Amino acid sequence: MILRRPFFWIIAAAIAAFAAAPLGGDVELRESLLLAAVYITLASNLNIMLGYAGYVNFGSIVFFGLGGYFCIWFMNSLHWGLVGAVLAAGAAVSAMAFLFGLGILRLRGIHFALATIGVVEAVMAFVTTFEPWGGSTGIYLSTELFQALGGPAAALWTIYYLLVGVMGLSLYLSYFVKRSKFGVGLRAIGQNEDAAVTLGVPAPRYKAAAYSLSAFLPAVAGGLYFFKGAFIQPADAFDLTLSTEAIVITMLGGQGTIFGPALGAYLYEELRGWLLTSATFANFQLVVAGVLLLAIVLFAPGGLMGLIYRRFPRLKRVLE
Amino acid sequence: MIGLLASILDGVLVGAVYGLAAMGITLIWGVMDVVNLTHGAMIVAGMFGVYLLVDATGVPAYAALAPVLLAGFAAGVALYWVAIHRVVGQPPLMSLLATFSVNLVLIGLGTALWGTVLFNVQVSLPGFSIGRYTFPGTHLMAAVLTAVIAGALYLFLYRTRLGKAVRAVAGNREAAELVGIPTTRILALSCGLGVALACVSGALIATLFPFTVLSGDAYQLKSFVVTVLGGMGNPTGALLAGLALGLLEGVATPFMPVSWTLVLEFVLFVVVLIAFPGGLLSVRLRRRRP
Repeated sequence: MILRRPFFWIIAAAIAAFAAAPLGGDVELRESLLLAAVYITLASNLNIMLGYAGYVNFGSIVFFGLGGYFCIWFMNSLHWGLVGAVLAAGAAVSAMAFLFGLGILRLRGIHFALATIGVVEAVMAFVTTFEPWGGSTGIYLSTELFQALGGPAAALWTIYYLLVGVMGLSLYLSYFVKRSKFGVGLRAIGQNEDAAVTLGVPAPRYKAAAYSLSAFLPAVAGGLYFFKGAFIQPADAFDLTLSTEAIVITMLGGQGTIFGPALGAYLYEELRGWLLTSATFANFQLVVAGVLLLAIVLFAPGGLMGLIYRRFPRLKRVLE
Repeated sequence: MIGLLASILDGVLVGAVYGLAAMGITLIWGVMDVVNLTHGAMIVAGMFGVYLLVDATGVPAYAALAPVLLAGFAAGVALYWVAIHRVVGQPPLMSLLATFSVNLVLIGLGTALWGTVLFNVQVSLPGFSIGRYTFPGTHLMAAVLTAVIAGALYLFLYRTRLGKAVRAVAGNREAAELVGIPTTRILALSCGLGVALACVSGALIATLFPFTVLSGDAYQLKSFVVTVLGGMGNPTGALLAGLALGLLEGVATPFMPVSWTLVLEFVLFVVVLIAFPGGLLSVRLRRRRP
């Protein structure tokens, strides 16, 4: 039974902590935790491709950005409610990812990684010239839409709790995928794709499913995130910084683990908060992220969880 | 009709430079099986190298190519020792992430120093005219210089001992080690050459079009498309495929907005990888040179 496993409850406790921490009305803490929840969502879902199947996806930001665009467009042009719009956005992006995945996931290893870089460039080029989505100027939402959620202040709280929910679902999704036959198949692909195919793992279908599955929740998070700002434009939606941060966080925490990306996201958010307040470093955020990633890849490819496991092997029984 | 022909011819001239850039990526890929994701950043470094040299000393842009080439070589050797040496022979995930992180550092430094505004390098060369159409002199000059550099690379790889060693390491690293070739130094040398090619092609592109710190991504994507078209690890194929891509852009430009050519090229990239994983040109070239 999955309910007997301690890790199930560790995730539940983490969600409860996120939900309870800003209850005192601390808005600054809430904003910081909101960003951490977005990071955890992006990193956990990226981890399904990167950590389990060993396929690096440089274009995970496309899911987030497209989710934002679909959601804002549904609300602005079709006048849908927030929840309906984000769910539809998630489904639309997931379906697109599946169709795309069937094509590009026939590519393996390096070629897949290069194709994901191409996906970012191609989608950005498309959206920047797509007039119904406002081209390069983007779409503004009328702030009146916040009235439906009880005014701007209450709406921000609603968005925060929805994002925490999305984060929790991401963690559980990673957990259930890892425990399932599907997850075992993905990890077999990650270790040796030829051997996995020989043993009967339907690699292209599994990879496409993983790609599509890892698109849904980031798209929902993107919808909520851009609804919060009431504005979306290509430069923000497909921000290079955010997509690299997802990779740095996953590698920092430990690829292939579930607790790792969450830990990495929390630490990275702390580090970022500290860097942004120090005037010298505010401009050098990408540089710091790059140096950090290089150090992890060269000296600790297992990330923090790898180091922790080596020091305390018994923790392997509790953490995933 | 003549307009289209002119556009195609101009596309081919620019395509030669894409070929030169792709030779840089294909050389590293072929020799050490590492995809250099700093390629785009190195192209931008070449652009800014020319811009800064011209701005500071007032020399003509073409005189700045030699220092950029040398600096690029040094940067490539440094890149090898800093980021690539430890991950050669490891799963592709590691080398991708290692070069990607250096790319982040370079792009981060670039945006912190220069922001993302447009720069351009002033070059005055007379154009040449065919009927009503005038080709920019810079485009012709870039194609000629590309031919010179590509020729020099060919002579190096096929007519010198060191070039032979590079090809030996690309063919089989262990066997090369066994016959006494210092493979690690050859890997560093190849990385230097690859990055030098990226920088010098960036320098040439800077004489053609305005650029920003973030321009590298689009040219890097073009380089991948060209590399895949020409066959991985095949410099001659890369040059020919570069001309082919330029030709395609020349045909497409009159009919669609410029930003759409990237989408078209990306689709081409995926289709070619799925249909011809060995590249379109590789089969024939390999047979000719056994």
